[in-house]
Amino acid sequence: MELKQGSEMFQILNQDGEIVEGQQVPDLSDDELKDIYRWMLRIRTFDGRSIKLNRQGRLGFYAPMAGQEACQIASMAALRKSDMLYPSYRDVGTAMYHGLPMENVFLNSRGQITGMKTPEGVNAYPPQIIIAAHVLHAAGSGWAFRLREEDHVAIAFFGDGATSEGDFHEGLNFAAVYDANAIFFCQNNQYAISVPVHKQMRSETIAQKAIAYGMAGIRVDGNDPLAVYEVTKKAADRARKGEGPTLIEAVTYRVGPHTMAGDDPGRYRTKEEEEDWASKRDPLKRFRQYLDSKGLWTDEEEERVKEEVLNEMNEAIKKVEKAPKGTVAELIDDLYAETPALLKKQKDEYLSWKEGK
Amino acid sequence: MATMTLIQAINHALRVEMERDENVIVMGEDVGVNGGVFRATADLYQDFGEKRSFDTPLAESAIIGTAIGLANHGFRPVPEIQFAGFVYECMDQISTQAARIRMRSGGRFTAPITIRIPYGGGVKTPEMHSDSLEALFLHSPGVKVVVPSTPYDAKGLLISAIRDDDPVIFYEPMKLYRSIKADVPEEAYTVPLGKANVVREGSDVTLIAYGSMVHVAEKAAAQAEKERGVKAEVIDLRTISPFDLETIIGSVTKTHRAVIVHEAAQTGGVGAELSARIHEEAILSLEAPVERVTGFDTPYPLTAIEDEYLPTVDRICAGIYKTLDF
Ligand SMILES: Cc1ncc(C[n+]2csc(CCOP(=O)(O)OP(=O)(O)O)c2C)c(N)n1
Repeated sequence: MELKQGSEMFQILNQDGEIVEGQQVPDLSDDELKDIYRWMLRIRTFDGRSIKLNRQGRLGFYAPMAGQEACQIASMAALRKSDMLYPSYRDVGTAMYHGLPMENVFLNSRGQITGMKTPEGVNAYPPQIIIAAHVLHAAGSGWAFRLREEDHVAIAFFGDGATSEGDFHEGLNFAAVYDANAIFFCQNNQYAISVPVHKQMRSETIAQKAIAYGMAGIRVDGNDPLAVYEVTKKAADRARKGEGPTLIEAVTYRVGPHTMAGDDPGRYRTKEEEEDWASKRDPLKRFRQYLDSKGLWTDEEEERVKEEVLNEMNEAIKKVEKAPKGTVAELIDDLYAETPALLKKQKDEYLSWKEGK
Repeated sequence: MATMTLIQAINHALRVEMERDENVIVMGEDVGVNGGVFRATADLYQDFGEKRSFDTPLAESAIIGTAIGLANHGFRPVPEIQFAGFVYECMDQISTQAARIRMRSGGRFTAPITIRIPYGGGVKTPEMHSDSLEALFLHSPGVKVVVPSTPYDAKGLLISAIRDDDPVIFYEPMKLYRSIKADVPEEAYTVPLGKANVVREGSDVTLIAYGSMVHVAEKAAAQAEKERGVKAEVIDLRTISPFDLETIIGSVTKTHRAVIVHEAAQTGGVGAELSARIHEEAILSLEAPVERVTGFDTPYPLTAIEDEYLPTVDRICAGIYKTLDF
């Protein structure tokens, strides 16, 4: 008897941007297709410039996401603005697509506390730092939707390393038990900082873990936006109908370093490997080829989008550089619904100390 | 009015709040059909159904983490951690996630959850069930920590905790679950969080305690009066975080001496914080350094020596006399 699970990977567009034989293109209008590409290009451009801004000392913490654009954008494109997003630190692309202003991303990166203010109407938690902690929040959130018989969906984004944490397993188990309207989107980008996925776990795929929890699971080519869109849409439809959660393993690659805080991928992976993913499997290149084949995109549009983003970034970074850093007093104000007396006293002491300076 | 044990008062608080607000839900290990291992959630499943009273899978981090997600959509979950020793399993979800989400989102998201935890010694539980870990959460900004010592307080404080818009950890002294009875109003009422209770007035020394230690402190006060004519004031802290410094300082400036009593290990405990505050705010009214009568700086012991570990009436009296004879 063959006990091993298959490691098949769902794909619609092959590496050359051609439809894989026998596959159906998702039901997306030309404008929708273009919008997905436009956003992928936006965050690719955002990523490149953010790395520069970090090197210039104008940004602080930044976790590059180049290579993961199809995962982040095509998945969110399959959801609604009313759905609830739980991103991790690397998923600012998902958050911006879902409505988080670029300014907030910059403010957060620079450690300015006003960036923490999630605007009304943006249904996204602040990016999670504790690996896998938000898997539970998405499980609870999707459980709430089920209890309230609402057809919203909660989605959590996390990496392959996160699947080793207890919270990942507890979250999937709870979500399955309660038929939560939840999607667990794992971006298997091959590494958790320096640790490759084969040292992270012994199972052949992450998707197969879904079997253990009794939920739907699928492995998808995370660099194929059409496939990512299709599986996320299916997962969302299932959840909305009350058919329970889905685990999606999107196979992808983090092209840049883990974060800008001194990580050197050269210590743990080869140039050839990087090259292979960056040039041959690039999600943008692949999608562009597909759009070109349908006559949907031009070089002028490409340049215009890039220029737009860079201008937006320029404006945003200038604005946040002038924005206040925030104060401990504001931190205290936001901690409790009503600030306790002793904390008020600390605030007063802080304020008079600040005035005296 | 009805006569209730502390556990009945807790059950009653949950019931009246579930009746008042359909967003109040209880969740945890064995809280549903079984009504909780201590019966704190007895009959809630039967009366409110399984959409309001959940038996969860066995995973503490998930119990708190999913409660945060539920709270995100208007629910007011009251998760139970079966025994205090298991709270380490969900430290991140309490102290990093629930405690901080209001601040992290600039007030956009909040976690109004009330985490009920049976705790404390004197009931001979198996290893790792009885630890007093309240100081961990005194040191976790963003959560509140409450410990009742009477059935009346238990009901009123729990109702306040459930209605509070921030995460509250509600520590229930296991020892008191069934050992005390008192009159408790049938209807809903609140005892405010953050307010201590002067349970015995006195002029010579202030005893500060919470949970089951309040009763031991009261006995010690009576014994000290008998032995040496000492009039001890006893303060039941009720809320560990934020604690009621005003009442404490008011009392100490009157009595000039303070003894703090708790079950938890001494170093870095709640007593250390209170002692520091008393010295900061009232050093000139002190006739003696603040004394602490506490558990020892060891893990909570196996049952055979529990009685040696926990503060006793005699140890508290010795503490009182030390401040008097300084
Ligand atoms: C609980 C916890 N442990 C360790 C870390 C430090 N850390 C930050 S990112 C990371 C690797 C995460 O890898 P993965 O989940 O694959 O996500 P990726 O960074 O690849 O997107 C580690 C170990 C952390 N943030 N949280």
